[in-house]
Amino acid sequence: MKIQMTLNGKLTTAVIEPDMLLLDLLREKGCYSVKRGCETSNCGLCTVWMNGKPVLSCSVLAARADGAEITTLEGLQEEAAEVGAFLAAEGADQCGFCSPGLIMNVLAMERELSDPSYEEILEYLSENLCRCTGYMSQMRAIEAYLNRKKEG
Amino acid sequence: MNKHRTYVGSSVPKKDSMALVTGKPVYTDDIAPKDCLVVKLLRSPHAHALIEDIDISRAMAVPGIETVLTWKDVSPKRFTMAGQTYPEPSPYDRLLLDRRMRFVGDVAAIVAGETEEAVDRALRAIKIKYQVLEPVLDFRTAKDNEILVHPEDSWRSLCPVGADNKRNLCASADDVHGDVEGILASCAHVVEQTYHVKANQQAMMETFRTFATLDPYGRLVVTSSTQVPFHVRRIVAHALDIPKSQVRVIKPRIGGGFGAKQTVVSEVYPALVTWKTGKASKLVFSRYESQIASSPRHEMEVTVRLGADENGIFQAIDLYTLSNTGAFGEHGPTTVGLSGHKSIPLYSTPKAFRFHYDVVYTNTMSAGAYRGYGATQGIFALESAVNEMARKLDMDPVRLRELNMVHEGDVMPAYYGETANSCALDRCMARAKELMKWDEKFPCRDMGNGKVRSVGVAMSMQGSAISGVDVAGVTLKLNDDGFYSMVIGAADMGTGCDTTLAQIAADCLGCDLDNIVTHGVDTDVAPYDSGSYASSTAYLTGMAAVKASQSMVAKIKEKGAEYLGLTADEVEFDGEQVYSLEGDASISLKDIGNKVMCSNGKALEVTEAHSSPVSPPPFMVGMAEIEMDKETCAYELINYVAVVDCGTPINPSLVRVQTEGGLGQGIGMAMFEDVTRSERGRVYENSFMQYKLPSRMDVGRIQVEFEQSYEPTGPFGVKSIGEVVINTPSPAIAGAVANAAGVQIRELPITPEKIFRELHEQRNKQRQK
Repeated sequence: MKIQMTLNGKLTTAVIEPDMLLLDLLREKGCYSVKRGCETSNCGLCTVWMNGKPVLSCSVLAARADGAEITTLEGLQEEAAEVGAFLAAEGADQCGFCSPGLIMNVLAMERELSDPSYEEILEYLSENLCRCTGYMSQMRAIEAYLNRKKEG
Repeated sequence: MNKHRTYVGSSVPKKDSMALVTGKPVYTDDIAPKDCLVVKLLRSPHAHALIEDIDISRAMAVPGIETVLTWKDVSPKRFTMAGQTYPEPSPYDRLLLDRRMRFVGDVAAIVAGETEEAVDRALRAIKIKYQVLEPVLDFRTAKDNEILVHPEDSWRSLCPVGADNKRNLCASADDVHGDVEGILASCAHVVEQTYHVKANQQAMMETFRTFATLDPYGRLVVTSSTQVPFHVRRIVAHALDIPKSQVRVIKPRIGGGFGAKQTVVSEVYPALVTWKTGKASKLVFSRYESQIASSPRHEMEVTVRLGADENGIFQAIDLYTLSNTGAFGEHGPTTVGLSGHKSIPLYSTPKAFRFHYDVVYTNTMSAGAYRGYGATQGIFALESAVNEMARKLDMDPVRLRELNMVHEGDVMPAYYGETANSCALDRCMARAKELMKWDEKFPCRDMGNGKVRSVGVAMSMQGSAISGVDVAGVTLKLNDDGFYSMVIGAADMGTGCDTTLAQIAADCLGCDLDNIVTHGVDTDVAPYDSGSYASSTAYLTGMAAVKASQSMVAKIKEKGAEYLGLTADEVEFDGEQVYSLEGDASISLKDIGNKVMCSNGKALEVTEAHSSPVSPPPFMVGMAEIEMDKETCAYELINYVAVVDCGTPINPSLVRVQTEGGLGQGIGMAMFEDVTRSERGRVYENSFMQYKLPSRMDVGRIQVEFEQSYEPTGPFGVKSIGEVVINTPSPAIAGAVANAAGVQIRELPITPEKIFRELHEQRNKQRQK
């Protein structure tokens, strides 16, 4: 079947099988920031935005992207670099494999919640697994990122 | 000589950070050729079976299928997939494809085709007639069992590790120092208990994956997510029975390893497909495969007998480890050694010790290397026994450790007789006690709301590289305008060694960090390095970087002096220019770098190797604070304090994250991560649904500090950090649970169910009395 979506601001068409996952379509379209970490919707690595809301692209059929606006980290490079610099300053990028999915959710959280508490951040990002960091450095980096404007 | 800032001790971001955080295509699957054949593996549904007949005709007929390979297509020479220095201590017990299936998930056939759909169809179309055999699943009954996991006469062991395939033994040994039995018999107090650690998964976010191509010379190029590129080269050559000259291995960015990728889990399959077909191919393990057929921690049961006098001074330690290597012997003979050699030396008081072990084959997934490498299992056992001894003596477990722990300058008979030349374990304990407010919190406090808060403590040690074995190499080149290339064989797997090694070299060369370009790893280009494992990179490759920098400085001085018409001892080099010690003649590094590209007969390129006769242990103390519901025994980790002595931290941020990350994994194995099997040997925890990795809601608050020591044999006083940090959570949390509930849980993970059951069993026993 043929679908049409807006991928990172560009109108994109694709011919897909009905059972194709959005994750596989996005990688086929060159969005390599989107990673597969599990097959059971547990790890958060494949997080992208569908019409501005974060979704697990491993759990969305590519067919559902027809007519939708899809955003991956490739479409948010400046913001990714800004959040990423805070992660890097803490050494919280480590292997980096979970970083794109995490940053997609950090940016979504920033748009959704104003001035979230530590507990709210923990909860919002709880589905983004990381095996390298033990999470503390990520949390330091994310708090510093969210506070950057406050401190001017 | 150095006008620049110094980098050792500075938290600079990793050189590759921005590529990683912006999601650039830098990992194996991102850079694989788009027309790669898709490779998948057909796996055995039986724990033990012989393939009587395998019919691939229907699979080959599926459109788009390139090849289907079976045991008939591989070399009959056995090899090991363990990434270790040759000759490997792990037995040569594998064929690339075999007729005998030794665990549920063992590989029966390889299928390669143009699309995933075609390959999936072909996998279903292969018909195998199995002769199903009775498996050996319980590692407690494996030794001398009549069922043999490796009955074949072609099985062989290259090293004297006490292996015997006709007894299901992968290794065994008995090491006695002093009159252990006599001393234990005269001890006022003896703790004797058995502790059980499961086959935990490393669960790195990037599963195993490899792609293979042929280069213009017809050589096999294997690009893989590996920690051990040079071992991969050798092992692929062994597996395919081709000359090592025909194999080149490239390591791109890696999405985590933690030891999993110190075994050649995925490489040989696409290597064989590409070698046979001449076409590029790739294999990406699913998470399911990574959970059921990979290289997890060795399941071990460790029996400790710890004897102390009436004052709590340890007199003797007897430690017996039974280790389950699974279907194959990867890392079997070596991991077990650490269960004793890196637990017993935490204490300097015992007059005698015995360490003996058996490593057995079973029909379960082959174990491998996982951060901690046996030390984790031994330390869970011994540190739990020490906590039990403290309760027996009615003594604070911190005090008991202060009375017995190893100090700087102590000789460690159970650690190959090495001396602890750098050891701040006593200071780590003192600081951890302060940070935890131990004296206020020990042993527990009833919170008055049905909850009780308690604390537990443990110590840990590891090594820094394998003494007398591991080899590190660093090549430095001076280029145009005076920038350096640093070529390494050590594998940065996210840990940041591409950056930290450059930090070391920058300080030795007196240059900006940005003036050093790091290249790693390509076995055609890099100097030999054993690889990134055994906590070796900072300590060993770091010293190779120091040596290479020193040799480079000597060459620069020599060349600069030549251009100035002087001799090398008449000049000095300050990182930017070579200048005359008398007079004002000078030449810049930039000019030297450019001038040597015209009419020059001496390359400004050096390679240095390094090996160490000792493996200085890093030490640490971990303390856990938990809150437990008195009714349900459900508990949460609320606070974890860790104070670490890793010598000099090269990059404090990265060292801190290593520590927090290792603690996170340790917390996972202590509280959640389990591996269980059906009675036919099928692993239940085959996805992240069942295998519970800790999320950021589960780890509590982790507080990390460092107590520096200075290791004289390490670069800038460095010792290792990567592994020592995973060992304390299990015994510390078990200790805290015991202080809250009054029961010691001796099997991981420590779940509320186990605590509840143990508690009720104990109450029932008391009632019966």
